[in-house]
Amino acid sequence: MATAIEVDNLYKAYQLGQYGTQTISGDFQRWWMTKVLRQEDPFLKIGEINDRRIKGESNVVWSLRNINFTVQQGEAFGIIGNNGAGKSTLLKLLSRVTSPTRGSIRMKGRVSSLLEVGTGFHPELSGKENIFLNGVILGMRKKEIHRRLDEIVDFAGVEKYLETPVKRYSSGMYVRLAFAVAAHLDAEILVVDEVLAVGDAEFQKKCLGKMNDISKNEGRTVLFVSHNIQAVSSLTNKAIILDSGELIFKGKTEDGISKYLGLKKTKSVEYRNESGEGIVSVSLKTSEPNNIHRFGQKFSVEIVVNLPQTGFKPAISYQVFDEFENPVFHELFLGTEHNFETNSGDLKIISEINNLRLYPGDYYLKIHYADSFSKIKIDTISDVCHFKVEVMEALRDYYWQPGVAKYVEKGKWKVL
Amino acid sequence: MIQRKEHEHWDICLTPDRRLFDIPLLDVWKYRDLFALLVRRDIVSFYKQTVLGPLWFFIQPLFTTFVYVFVFGNLAGLSTDGLPQFLFYLSGITAWNYFSDCLIKTSTVFRDNAPVFGKVYFPRMVVPLSIVAGNLVRFGVQFLLFAITWIYFYFQEAPIHLTYAVFLFPFLVILMAFLGLGMGLMVTSLTTKYRDLAFLVGFGMQLLMYATTVIYPLSSVPEKYEKWVSLNPMTGIIEAFRYGFLGEGYFSINNLIYVILFTLIILVFGVLIFNKAEKNFIDTI
Repeated sequence: MATAIEVDNLYKAYQLGQYGTQTISGDFQRWWMTKVLRQEDPFLKIGEINDRRIKGESNVVWSLRNINFTVQQGEAFGIIGNNGAGKSTLLKLLSRVTSPTRGSIRMKGRVSSLLEVGTGFHPELSGKENIFLNGVILGMRKKEIHRRLDEIVDFAGVEKYLETPVKRYSSGMYVRLAFAVAAHLDAEILVVDEVLAVGDAEFQKKCLGKMNDISKNEGRTVLFVSHNIQAVSSLTNKAIILDSGELIFKGKTEDGISKYLGLKKTKSVEYRNESGEGIVSVSLKTSEPNNIHRFGQKFSVEIVVNLPQTGFKPAISYQVFDEFENPVFHELFLGTEHNFETNSGDLKIISEINNLRLYPGDYYLKIHYADSFSKIKIDTISDVCHFKVEVMEALRDYYWQPGVAKYVEKGKWKVL
Repeated sequence: MIQRKEHEHWDICLTPDRRLFDIPLLDVWKYRDLFALLVRRDIVSFYKQTVLGPLWFFIQPLFTTFVYVFVFGNLAGLSTDGLPQFLFYLSGITAWNYFSDCLIKTSTVFRDNAPVFGKVYFPRMVVPLSIVAGNLVRFGVQFLLFAITWIYFYFQEAPIHLTYAVFLFPFLVILMAFLGLGMGLMVTSLTTKYRDLAFLVGFGMQLLMYATTVIYPLSSVPEKYEKWVSLNPMTGIIEAFRYGFLGEGYFSINNLIYVILFTLIILVFGVLIFNKAEKNFIDTI
């Protein structure tokens, strides 16, 4: 397979605050050093990391540093990274909106970028006029658009409103039309940013399907950037990860996602009570690093409680709540049902669930601790150990519509 | 570093250095459909938002002319070279309007189009070119007004007559377009870095108009200033325009050559600066 995109030793610097060196003499000095004497720019200090938490010494930030990768023709290629990792900068460079500070990008064929839905739409013009305007802005010839007009209109489902100014369109129609135009262009390389964030679930699915079609059946190259891990994993097979402007991974999307999830540092999955009484600590073991859990994988909760006296039989339980504060399930441990030495001090128990079949979403725990004889409550902690369930294999994605279920059962079916 | 096969052909190669004279003219040609649609969009969207539509094209020069006739013609009593005052001012305003529209509208290209420019690539030059072409329609309508007035005065037996210089008319229009475009490109490129320049354009154009022979003929300018007023290329263009259509005005081949050279230098310079600014302006605006 031939190479479609080659990114070589790419750097991009941004100036913070005031642009330029702020003075005409500074601007002149820079021009003299770099353009006439062909020397290093005295105002750029290479090696500073793009980290917003640390204030750099110079006011230059490197959004991208030393990026190298290639994309093969017909490949669906993902770009993953946190906010501020440099994804958007890379896309801007790829779509030629701005140019690199160092290094080069080489591409074969036309590039059409979909960084925002409906770029260049004019509210006064009709849907049809806007299809043409948008199409030519994205680099098409008028006759090419003519040829594909029916397909575009069909995909967007706006046939009835083709002669209506787009300012009267609903936002859904607007988005559908814009995506349809971009997806039906004949460019060899399609660069897509988070356009899927808009539109309803059904439309998102349609878009994903169309992009899949573009790369697999039409042999065109798709570059796809998203926060949506599910979308990236179902659409792309190769990916890179950017972190603070540096490329830290390139390879198979699957491996990339595992690595990416490991990078995320969010709320702690641990709870610790410093006083050492009641519930001492709770920790969660999810299948993926930190607090991400892969649907259907092994899941465990470790709880340490302080036993007030010898012979004490505790009752310990935890509830799993979803993001809407609805309890989903409850697990109970009764000290009377287990044989263990009941000296006073810390007791450590673990609850294991082999296939946690929770629906994708955000969850947290609530832990109860009581005396199993007297039923007197000793301690309760709530809103701890936040975790997220994700589906990595997006096969049968119709299955995973939000709100369909809270829990997926795997019973047995029989034909009678 | 990637080992590159040297024989490979790449359609697009993006590097930090674009040579000064590396202007994507071929790209502009590839986007000619965009040019056509932008011209159309500008005209159509102008019609659609207004009650009177293209009538506005008439109203502005007509009222300006009336005011000039009253203020400069009657109150100040400025000379009009013996030409009917109304026709004299209207000819100046028609020509000046086209030049100033071209300049003012192209001078905000980067600022006005930042949202689109920030999202998608196309040769930026298409936009100012489409503005200049779109303004031609407006100029055409205003010229029609001038032509009607001319016919009216002709049959009133006013002292006007066409001269051979009238054949230069299309050429003069191109000169005005290029001059306005070139200066507008410079302004818009510089305003991406130095915002304050934008304020200069509004009142600078007004002052420049008084340094041009819009409201007075060159023949009435005192001799010691005449050289300076003639250095203004718009003076040469408007004088040639009046000479062609009205038979009065200062017209010489030497001055025309000066205007052409001046325009070309401005245009080339404007294109070069614009070309340099378009690469990275989105990082600064």
